[in-house]
Amino acid sequence: MAAESRSVQNDKLLFLNNRMAPLTKPATPSEDRRWKIVDATMRRVGRNPRGLIETLHTVQEAFGYLDQPALRYVAVSLRVPLSRAYGVATFYHFFTLKPAGKHSCVICQGTACYIKGAPQLVDTMKHELGVLPGETTEDGNVSVLSARCLGSCGLAPAVVFDNVVAGKVTPEHLRQQLAKWSPHDS
Amino acid sequence: MTPEELEQIAQSERAAQASIPQGINVCLAAGCISCDSQSVKDALDKETARRNGGGQCKIKGVGCMGLCAEGPLVSTNTGTLYKRVSSADAPALLDALEQRPVERLVCRTDVPFFQRQKKIVLENSGVIDPERIEEYVAADGYRALMRAITEMTPVEVVEQLVKSGLRGRGGAGYPTGLKWSTVFKAVGTQKYVICNADEGDPGAFMDRSVLESDPHRVLEGMLIAAYAVGATHGFIYVRAEYLLAIKRLKIAIRQAEKLELLGADICGTHFSFRIELRVGAGAFVCGEETALIASIEGRQGTPRPRPPYPAQEGLLGQPTLLNNVETFANVPPIIRNGGAWYAGIGTEKSKGTKVFALAGRVQNTGLVEVPMGISLREMVYDIGGGIPDGKRFKALQTGGPSGGCLPAECLDIPVEYESLAHAGSIMGSGGMVVMDESSCMVDVAKYFMDFCMSESCGKCIPCRVGTYQMHRLLDTITKLQATPADLALLEELCDLVKNTSLCGLGQSAPNPVLSTLRYFAGEYTNHIEHNHCVAGVCGKGEPA
Repeated sequence: MAAESRSVQNDKLLFLNNRMAPLTKPATPSEDRRWKIVDATMRRVGRNPRGLIETLHTVQEAFGYLDQPALRYVAVSLRVPLSRAYGVATFYHFFTLKPAGKHSCVICQGTACYIKGAPQLVDTMKHELGVLPGETTEDGNVSVLSARCLGSCGLAPAVVFDNVVAGKVTPEHLRQQLAKWSPHDS
Repeated sequence: MTPEELEQIAQSERAAQASIPQGINVCLAAGCISCDSQSVKDALDKETARRNGGGQCKIKGVGCMGLCAEGPLVSTNTGTLYKRVSSADAPALLDALEQRPVERLVCRTDVPFFQRQKKIVLENSGVIDPERIEEYVAADGYRALMRAITEMTPVEVVEQLVKSGLRGRGGAGYPTGLKWSTVFKAVGTQKYVICNADEGDPGAFMDRSVLESDPHRVLEGMLIAAYAVGATHGFIYVRAEYLLAIKRLKIAIRQAEKLELLGADICGTHFSFRIELRVGAGAFVCGEETALIASIEGRQGTPRPRPPYPAQEGLLGQPTLLNNVETFANVPPIIRNGGAWYAGIGTEKSKGTKVFALAGRVQNTGLVEVPMGISLREMVYDIGGGIPDGKRFKALQTGGPSGGCLPAECLDIPVEYESLAHAGSIMGSGGMVVMDESSCMVDVAKYFMDFCMSESCGKCIPCRVGTYQMHRLLDTITKLQATPADLALLEELCDLVKNTSLCGLGQSAPNPVLSTLRYFAGEYTNHIEHNHCVAGVCGKGEPA
């Protein structure tokens, strides 16, 4: 694997001064203007394989998830094997390969929340929507996620409804919130 | 930037602060923001502007004040602390500045929760505006850096750290001075300093609070470290979940660069240092140093065998100094006041203070900083205010998934690295979760095993398969279907996983099981022999 060790050497030398050898830019997967943001990030990291995680962050921020064309594009642009891009995307919990639902509900599973009733909230969710953390309802309305710890332990159990943290949540609260999101009502 | 210019900034900031007679501070750290403290601040801003154009009273957003359970918290410059403030209270609070405090909102500060604390790391938390470098400078900020680079040699800086007795606050407690001197002596073309802000333990939010409340302190600590070991480039690896901390770190780095406290030839010397922010992507194992380095290099965060330690071969194969947020936050006061001062606090082997995140079934949940050597009983009953709802204390969990559960008999042991390890737990990064009789200890052990199982990176077999099998056995026990043979198997597996795993995650994964087996063996036998769960938690649920 002489080629690879050479590329590692190059990376070492070029890690800080972002002068990578010029590379023909691959075509973006679509005309979508959001690829410009992704390209900007890749330029900033000098099209260096070490910028893989940062680039994937940008893609997910722009598109909401990482699909196969996106992974391919990033892999080719940063000159990493697709297997490594896919490996990184699936290794880290933060990256998702599927589009998220319209609403999101993150149930904190930290120790303090666990002690104060997070399991009951998961049960309620399963009962009400039939989905477990990590899943999205079939109609794509609600994505249920779990967090390792939100750090809002003083407010346990905590749930994030559409990016707003709610503290001391009871199953009753949860049911009310889900009713508000129900597509049949609106 | 010279020391004189820095002093100039400090003085003009102090003068500006003194020119406004009244002040109200609103907590804008994540805990209080979840209780909508932002709208309280907006209401106060609006009300002051309406009254006198804002010239008389300064409304300031500050960092964490500690008592997160009673948020939103508001304090005045006359020393009154208000709790559970809503935006409707704004006029009353402003009226009260002229008269007596608003009785119904006052939070007493003469209670042990506040009195027993000793603040070094958190000295500026809840006092200064974390988004303004001037306030940090006015509170003696960056003075230690100036002193280090203009008056001390790197060797002298390391000596002060050694003298202080500071130990790694990430959990393992490795002597910081020793680590610094190893990196100092290591040979490499380039050295790195990395700040580990990948705080993953559930129930722990100390590092987040420090970063949100006083980010410059961490930058200053890293700068001093870089000067001492001869590094020119630094990284802060922070969790993606900590949006506010990331935002404030970005602001802090930009401000420090603008004042030329970060960059080339700092303070007219030949010392140059730059800091880059790296956002994690949600992998607990990245708190392990070699995994963290792999993640900064853009790869999957899997650990590698040590040695070589990062101090010799770290980021890109170069000598790398890796410390936790709280460790770096302790550095500026040590340089400012001397290592001997710091060594005077705490116990013989554990010096200084430790920040804990107190949570769970306890009256006062929040962030506290206590001197080492305080007993666990004082933590739970005095600072924590005891167990609510007339329930009885059952266990204290320290150290997250790598730590253990300690029973009431252990409450008199002091908070020290050795004592906690001896009792079967660890100091850990500072999460402290109190449990009462409504928690089943087997279920708690299962909870932590579930955590370790899904966070195992899968590189080494003992951890990947062992945690899965231990979780399966614990699941059988909590479903009241286990036999004594299962228990024996569980104990055997604990021993195996502990001794043969590659990194700290696997090596410490059995700790919650081992400590509950040691102190709450009766609960295990109850589940197995009498099909009974004392807490009434197990047996009801369906298979996970």
